Amino acid sequence: MRSGILLRNVQPLEHPQLMLPAVLSGFILALFAPLICRVAGDRCGWVFALLPAMLFVYFAGLLPEVMANGAQVVRYPWFPAMEINLDFLIDGLSLMFALLISGIGTFILIYAGGYLKGHPYLGRFYVVMLSFMASMLGLVLSDNLVTLFVFWELTSITSYLLIGFDHEDVKARASALQGLFVTVAGGLALMAGLIMLGTVAGSYSLSGVLASDADLIGHEWAVPMLLCILAGAFTKSAQVPFHFWLPNAMAAPTPVSAFLHSATMVKAGVYLLARLNPALGEAELWTLLLSLFGGLTMFTGAFMAITHTGAKKVLAYSTIMALGTLVMLIGIGTHYALVAFATFLVAHSLYKGALFMIAGILDHETGTKDVAEMGGLAPLMPVTAVAAAVAALSLAGLPPLLGFVGKELMFEAVLDAPAWQMLLPLLAVGAGIGVMVAAGIIAIKPFYGQRQETPKHPHEAPVSMLAGPVVLAGLSLLFGVALFIPEQTLVAPVVASLGGTAEKVHLALWHGINMPLILSLACLVVAAVILRYWGRLQPQLDVLREGLGRFGPEAGYFRIMEWLTRIATWQTRVLQNGTMGNYMITLALTTVGITGFTLITQYGVPLRLPVPDSGFAAGIALLMVVSAFFATGTISRLGSVAAMSIVGFSVALIFILFSAPDLGITQILVETLTVILLVLVLFRLPGFTRMSSPLERWRDIIVAVLVGALMTVLILAATEVQFFEPISAEHVARSVTDGHGRNIVNVILVDFRALDTLGEMFVLALAAVGVYSMIRLKAEDQTA
Amino acid sequence: MREANTLILRTAALVLVPMQLLFSVFLLLRGHDEPGGGFIAGLVASGAVVLFLFSYGVSATRELLRVDPRDFLGVGLLIGLASILPSLVLGQPAMTAQWWEIPLPGGGYYKFSTPLIFDVGVYLTVIGSILTMVVGLSESEESDA
Repeated sequence: MRSGILLRNVQPLEHPQLMLPAVLSGFILALFAPLICRVAGDRCGWVFALLPAMLFVYFAGLLPEVMANGAQVVRYPWFPAMEINLDFLIDGLSLMFALLISGIGTFILIYAGGYLKGHPYLGRFYVVMLSFMASMLGLVLSDNLVTLFVFWELTSITSYLLIGFDHEDVKARASALQGLFVTVAGGLALMAGLIMLGTVAGSYSLSGVLASDADLIGHEWAVPMLLCILAGAFTKSAQVPFHFWLPNAMAAPTPVSAFLHSATMVKAGVYLLARLNPALGEAELWTLLLSLFGGLTMFTGAFMAITHTGAKKVLAYSTIMALGTLVMLIGIGTHYALVAFATFLVAHSLYKGALFMIAGILDHETGTKDVAEMGGLAPLMPVTAVAAAVAALSLAGLPPLLGFVGKELMFEAVLDAPAWQMLLPLLAVGAGIGVMVAAGIIAIKPFYGQRQETPKHPHEAPVSMLAGPVVLAGLSLLFGVALFIPEQTLVAPVVASLGGTAEKVHLALWHGINMPLILSLACLVVAAVILRYWGRLQPQLDVLREGLGRFGPEAGYFRIMEWLTRIATWQTRVLQNGTMGNYMITLALTTVGITGFTLITQYGVPLRLPVPDSGFAAGIALLMVVSAFFATGTISRLGSVAAMSIVGFSVALIFILFSAPDLGITQILVETLTVILLVLVLFRLPGFTRMSSPLERWRDIIVAVLVGALMTVLILAATEVQFFEPISAEHVARSVTDGHGRNIVNVILVDFRALDTLGEMFVLALAAVGVYSMIRLKAEDQTA
Repeated sequence: MREANTLILRTAALVLVPMQLLFSVFLLLRGHDEPGGGFIAGLVASGAVVLFLFSYGVSATRELLRVDPRDFLGVGLLIGLASILPSLVLGQPAMTAQWWEIPLPGGGYYKFSTPLIFDVGVYLTVIGSILTMVVGLSESEESDA
């Protein structure tokens, strides 16, 4: 059953050349975002929204092709030698994500223009937001594991910047950092997992992995590979016990929460799991972990949602519930589960995007985030109230909305699951109750009942902010009523990508009176009761929340961070204690220890001393030895510098003796400049005094002798053996023909190995800037 | 660094500095075939400026340079990177050397190439880093005094 779908058709797309510009256009527009903001002023949101709108049309245009012919791959060789290519895999799954990203993105960008109207950093906001959108598109469309990972990390970084957008707020910064740590730690694991996957499957392209004949599940790396990939997906998609970063990420401006932390980025993990399901879905570990953690996350999210009163927190936890549900459904992996997965995914993105934008409207208009402080807003904001009601009905999973279909299918899949997954129906019912209460909290509490005074006097939101919620809520309703639209365009192609049978997909509102419907009704009754007494339950819920704060996974995160800083402090104290002498001794002894050990165990000690072939060379060597001893013995600093420079110039003489004029000249110039620099520094030092005890001096002598001995032995060993044919002959032979130059040293530097030289140029520049800033900071310290 | 109060050094510097700078350009341009090249030429040129610095002091040196020594670093790195571009434009692997022969008046050709551009980048980076350090050190010394 594995992956027959994928390479069924290899016909290229009609306009494949548009693919790369489509994915990268967000990055390009981001470059000009501040400029556009300045020119377009308050209307810039509408301008930016043109790009995702066009992308939506483009991706929608690809849909018929994919529905008819299956998966397509568009290839752009980038580093073909290293299998790193900008290849894009276009099938039902990636296309649905691309449509969600560009479609919801359109409304989010418009909405942000209204929500952040007049914000001084609006330009900066759009730079990051557009970059995120492009990264996310890259992530879901990438066919290459390496580029997928790069885009994956880009979404983490842009998410970090967006959560911390309000950078003067300590809490926002801390939340941003927390989100970054959790997702990037998972990202590192994912990288290891993807490398293992690529190696085992023998291909670094997703289509290659999915079509691979290699036994991925039976391989000896299978378990670590699975665990690493799951760590990446679970942290990104906020699964228990890594879920705590997501509610904290609500410190971001609401458009960000709506887009990144509900509709798109947090689904990246789910996307990856869904993507790899055809390849790994038959592993028992995969099924077990996904359904277990998914189920727990689903229940935890739904339960935590009703313990909060902040509108965005409630939504954040219900997002965690949704993410858990999606992961669980992949884990169950039956046909029903896959259909439920696709339907639930579409439904969730639509209603959750709408609800987040409504939460933003409430916060924007009333000046408070706490729903407990709102009430009776419906007459003042009728459009918002209606959109909220529709979206919340979908969240609660009530007919005739798409959310209802998704939830019924989910119940069906859970009930249908193998016997050992008995726990899942219980968790599912609990979660069903939870989200119904959450939906009530969001859509009933603020709008109806007693009108309450709020910090700001509320009005109906502007068109830019209403467009998103109204359209998305409307789509939830339209898709629910006209189920054939999502069924054929979205659900069936996704099910095909997941390794299911697209032909068997059939969505319906009415399945007759069956078990899922009875469960739904039961949920509804319980939820109504809870909602009735929700206000009175608050004190008890507060106690519960506090307890979880002390012992929950987030406390573990803080403990880890605390230990991290403690270890860092300790090792800094040990290694970086600020005494130059200690640094040198640490470096020298480490080198002697490691290199010496390797040399002696691998090679032995070479004892054959070469005899100098001319008296001239012997004379120079003698001169060097004498001046070295003088340099260590003298109490005059200038004398010591002069003696050291004699050593340097002698080395230059040796270069010239062995006819290497370039090296000779360089050595002389470097020596000269070193002396100048040393003299400049020496001016600044106090007079020479002996600060070290005789014992310390003996220690230093021993270390110095050890280093000297090691280097001698190392050079003797290096000249004694030759493991490989030296490449110098090749350089000599090709210098004139390929390098067009007779000075081999220069040809090597600027042509043959120019990349090395370029790197060294940067090292040089960095060193200079480092020295400069050290001098400067010192000078500023003194003036201050 | 207080400037040295020696007339001999100052007079000699006036003659030596331009010569040494010219010599550095000579080394740079011929470096591909004869001993020389960007690194050595950069060292020679910085040596010239340091000589001037020793005889006339920091502020005079800054006036002579007109730009901050750190700017040499940036420009040098940029030129080094820019030398990669022609190969990319022509669709070859990055850093493939390009050679152009420019006819000179009176017959003969001058071999112009991306390695030469790259070498100019090396030249400026070396000058920039040495002068950044030396000028920085001298200035901090003046502020101490």
